[in-house]
Amino acid sequence: MALLEIRGLHVHYGAIHALQGIDLAVEKGQIVTLIGANGAGKSTTLRTISGLLRPSAGTLTFDGQSLTGKGPHQIVRLGVAHAPEGRGLFANFTVEENLEIGAYARKDHAGIARDREWALTLFPRLRERLRQSAATLSGGEQQMLAIARALLARPRLLLLDEPSLGLAPQVVQTIFQIVREINAAGTTILLVEQNARMALQTAHYGYVLEVGRIAQHAPAAVLAESDEVRRAYLGVG
Amino acid sequence: MVCAALLAPRRSVRSSDDVTKLIQTLLDGFAVGGLYALIALGYTMVYGILKFINFAHSDVFVLGAWISWVVTVRLLRLDALPADATPWWAAPVVILTAMVVCGLTGFIIERFAYRPLRNAPRLNVLITAIGVSLLLQNTGQLRVFFGPYPKAVPVLLPNQTVGSVAGVNLPAVDAIVIGVTILLMLALEALIFRTKLGRAMRAVSFNTQTAALMGIHVDRVISFTFVLGSALAAAAGFLFVMKYPAGLKQPADAAWVMLGLKAFVAAVVGGIGNVRGAMLGGILIGLLEFFGVAYLEPLYRDVYVFSLLILVLLFRPAGLLGRAVAEKV
Repeated sequence: MALLEIRGLHVHYGAIHALQGIDLAVEKGQIVTLIGANGAGKSTTLRTISGLLRPSAGTLTFDGQSLTGKGPHQIVRLGVAHAPEGRGLFANFTVEENLEIGAYARKDHAGIARDREWALTLFPRLRERLRQSAATLSGGEQQMLAIARALLARPRLLLLDEPSLGLAPQVVQTIFQIVREINAAGTTILLVEQNARMALQTAHYGYVLEVGRIAQHAPAAVLAESDEVRRAYLGVG
Repeated sequence: MVCAALLAPRRSVRSSDDVTKLIQTLLDGFAVGGLYALIALGYTMVYGILKFINFAHSDVFVLGAWISWVVTVRLLRLDALPADATPWWAAPVVILTAMVVCGLTGFIIERFAYRPLRNAPRLNVLITAIGVSLLLQNTGQLRVFFGPYPKAVPVLLPNQTVGSVAGVNLPAVDAIVIGVTILLMLALEALIFRTKLGRAMRAVSFNTQTAALMGIHVDRVISFTFVLGSALAAAAGFLFVMKYPAGLKQPADAAWVMLGLKAFVAAVVGGIGNVRGAMLGGILIGLLEFFGVAYLEPLYRDVYVFSLLILVLLFRPAGLLGRAVAEKV
């Protein structure tokens, strides 16, 4: 059984039917990407997994446990961390405080210290800025902090929402390299991206979301070669 | 004026009157300003997290004052004792009881009046708050609770003076009111800036959804915020009736409304949502009010306060310590 299994997921925002019956599986140890245009429902999917949104129908199962009816504070404790769209940093906190609050749900101090070290090894720029306010960081550093903060929750599944948003190509390369390292260290990742090229190069498996439905899914390398994906998302053909 | 008094020994009689007046005005300003601040903290903390003005908050302050009377007179029967026979533990017991009862009331108000409206338009919550306020005022007037008449509260604090400044005696009541207020503010500062719970409160206040993603139980933090704000208002209610023992007006009296309004003004002047701003705003307004009354025109005591509000809203609409634009990353 996959680490995360979503079946027949429907989500409504008031009258808007944002997700219209989604099936999706994230296998343990993989990077799975969810690509699609603006408004296709990518962020909605992540927000439903982490408990910020309530599904109107369907089931979400994480590691054999149902997520239905659980709030975000409970889902973090099951091992799902969400680095949200727009990074969601606490700008009134220092970098250090942002990292510390990432571990809010944990009590194993030794483990927290180890994960903090690991996160700072992955993102050495953050170590230089621990005492600065998060608001003073550059866009790339903010994204790094958002990912590092999510790692401090020691997730088994890491949800990344548009980590490339608004960043220079070089910075995007760095961040995706680190995403691969995090995955290599054993963390399963569900990656939402508009930058389909980067996402498909990085992921093992991919889903294409079109206005609330899964249009197709396949191993990332296969998707990258598909004519439809090349035309619609890679700007080729 | 202190300098003038020290340098002019020949006019010593009049000067010493001047000094007495100045010092008493400072004491009154700081004491009442501190009480405004304690109430303002409840307004500002709730606004910081839920972005709405809890108009029932000043009624929780009134409840604190009346609970102090109930415990002192009805439960402990301390009004039967001569003033100098008040046991030392009476004041701590009364203030703690008032804080617990009001904390519980704040919890209930949030749980049953505001939480069901968590996702409703903000106007609905605002109107509900006004409803809760009217409910508390009018229930309080029922004879089974506090009744429709003002009451006198026996003074539980020592009646002596504690030392003197420039030959002017400091009343113990003022010293204790100011001292307890400072202690409560320091405790609150420590809680908000040095504990995990305080960090959770600041996180929820900055961004509720992201705070939830960190594993913070947002509803619990909101409940706690109401309990905390209500307990501080209760402490203010107790200290208020200690400073003004004859001031226990009936629960729906307009004088209470004015006190609550000034505390609200303090929160806005300091920067609504900002804890240190509420402390600063309260003290400023207290001093302004009492200096205006003592040295300008006593009839305008409310005018000074609301003029400051107008000036702040004109020139620093986010308040003295408020940020003009919410920081977002």
